[in-house]
Amino acid sequence: MKKTLCIEVDCASCAAKMEQAVNRLPGVESATVSFMTQKMVVEGPDEGFDALMQQVVKACRKIEPDCEIHL
Amino acid sequence: MNRKQKRMLARILVSAALLAALHFVPAAGAARLALYLVPYLIIGYDVLRRAVLGVVHGEVFDENFLMAVATVGALALGEYGESVEVMVFYQLGELFQSYAVGKSRRSIAALMDIRPDSANLEKDGAVVTVAPEEVAVGQIIVVRPGEKVPLDGRVVEGVSALNTSALTGESLPRDVEAGDEVVSGCVNTTGLLRVEVTKPFGQSTVSRILDLVENSSMKKAKAENFITRFARWYTPAVCIGALALAVLPPLFLGGWVEWLRRALTFLVISCPCALVISVPLAFFGGIGGASRAGILVKGGNYLEALAATRTAVFDKTGTLTQGVFEVTRVFPAPGVEERRVLEAAALAEQFSSHPIALSLRRAAGLEAAPDRVKDVTESAGHGVTALVDGVPTAVGSARLMEQLGVAWQPVEGAGSAVYVAQNGAFLGGVLISDREKPTAKAAMEELHRAGVRTVMLTGDGRAAARQTAERLGIDEVRSELLPADKVACVEQLLAQKPRGTTLAFVGDGINDAPVLSRADVGIAMGAMGSDAAIEAADIVLMDDDPAKLSLTMKVARRCLAVVHQNIAFALAVKFGCLALGAVGLVGMQAAIFADVGVMVLAVLNSMRTLGAAKR
Repeated sequence: MKKTLCIEVDCASCAAKMEQAVNRLPGVESATVSFMTQKMVVEGPDEGFDALMQQVVKACRKIEPDCEIHL
Repeated sequence: MNRKQKRMLARILVSAALLAALHFVPAAGAARLALYLVPYLIIGYDVLRRAVLGVVHGEVFDENFLMAVATVGALALGEYGESVEVMVFYQLGELFQSYAVGKSRRSIAALMDIRPDSANLEKDGAVVTVAPEEVAVGQIIVVRPGEKVPLDGRVVEGVSALNTSALTGESLPRDVEAGDEVVSGCVNTTGLLRVEVTKPFGQSTVSRILDLVENSSMKKAKAENFITRFARWYTPAVCIGALALAVLPPLFLGGWVEWLRRALTFLVISCPCALVISVPLAFFGGIGGASRAGILVKGGNYLEALAATRTAVFDKTGTLTQGVFEVTRVFPAPGVEERRVLEAAALAEQFSSHPIALSLRRAAGLEAAPDRVKDVTESAGHGVTALVDGVPTAVGSARLMEQLGVAWQPVEGAGSAVYVAQNGAFLGGVLISDREKPTAKAAMEELHRAGVRTVMLTGDGRAAARQTAERLGIDEVRSELLPADKVACVEQLLAQKPRGTTLAFVGDGINDAPVLSRADVGIAMGAMGSDAAIEAADIVLMDDDPAKLSLTMKVARRCLAVVHQNIAFALAVKFGCLALGAVGLVGMQAAIFADVGVMVLAVLNSMRTLGAAKR
């Protein structure tokens, strides 16, 4: 399953760090962040996808506590 | 401005006003610190919070941490006003940056207007509105006037005109009727259409274009990689420099407070933000602005390469010419009527779908008459022989005439010559040429003004090719090429190009994928509705106007100029301030200018690229 999330992140290096962090999450097949378009595309298995999304959000918050993520 | 930005603006204004007011408050000691802490916390609480969280999460050298250390350090030195000022300017810079990035993003969003919200699906006799993603290939959708075509498909019923401006930047209506292909993203203007979907949403033109533009920021230009690499060592290096400045000189010279102040100045300048954001922003602005004009650039690296292009190689047919052949002149043999030449040629060629055959049939104005023609033999590249009304007829090249032993007369002029013979007797020649595009000549002139050498590749004969080139003002011609020769030709030109420059190849993207990928920059023209062209090229011109090429070049050069200005300016100011700060000639205020001022100017400068594609 593939999902595009809208992220609001203010600095380019934070966006790169988020991409790295989400890619490291177990279960995430691939994640790409485009700072310019403020989007993150996450791919993962269908099973437990929603739970995985929660983890993705958590990982992003850890990098940038104020970032807003819309699932 | 969004809510977050408005709140930040309010915080900046409130704390700046408080700071100004505090200049007139005669407080001292702890009371003074307490008063200054009010605006400091209003403006900086989130920076402090993120700095602490960053340390907890092991992210030490981020900008929040540096700003926190620098401003808390300033507070510790008793420079209360300066500390608040640094924070205010920092937040102002951040606000400006997020506003500028947001604006650049909105210009892309304007392009994204082509993303259809819904499709009207015919289901069991009723029309239901569904998301475009839910429509399957083979289903029938209804597109009403004023609506966007949501998915690629084929018209099964209805007549209308489509507006392609969202895709090409030019609002030329395109007429469609039953049997025609329609491309998603076009706006249906006049009539109701029933369309059979031929591609799922993910593969429809709209999705592909959006993907392409959105992913363009993933392909990074050399300038951008340079800056990210630079940033990677710059921040730690400046931090270490600051530490050394705070500790080493006072060991020998004394004056701890002064050296600590200089070290804090270093920290303010250590943030590489202005550099890191302004380079990709400039490219993205250029790419976004270009996409509005129907120019799709697949990455900043291609803009960079195009800006250095000094050799532009064109495929002739379909690029400089319209790829529509028409009979321009008939040369009948003595005693033969013009009409008879055309009729014989058109009849013999009536089963062929070759563009030349089509043009002969159009010129003769004959209805199809399959019973008048028998025994058609087509020999590829030479022509056809057939029995027309029982008379052996040959239509084709000079070589065909030679083979048949016909005494033929050569015709002169630009284009392809077709000769006609009946019963072994020469009837005459027909000259068929391709129409040049009206803007081709002006486009070549523009390129010359930009210092670009132009080369044309064509399969035409030498004389005809030279004539075309002269009319269009092209510098060099390679003629009589077979499709396979074009790669070799481009390779030869690549070897000849001046050092440090690049070569761009412009083609229609259908038969020239290998050439497109071999050139430094491959540009496909007239790509609307052609997946192959969009796939193969680095830069895609949605319509087939050669003038778009010089426009693209202008965008590329403007982008690169802005990028270089940003890099040079930011580095010069930063290193200048580092040097002056180290010797104590520059205080924290100048350091703020070095950091936030440069960033603001670089972002402003980057936004100039957005308008580069406007004519």
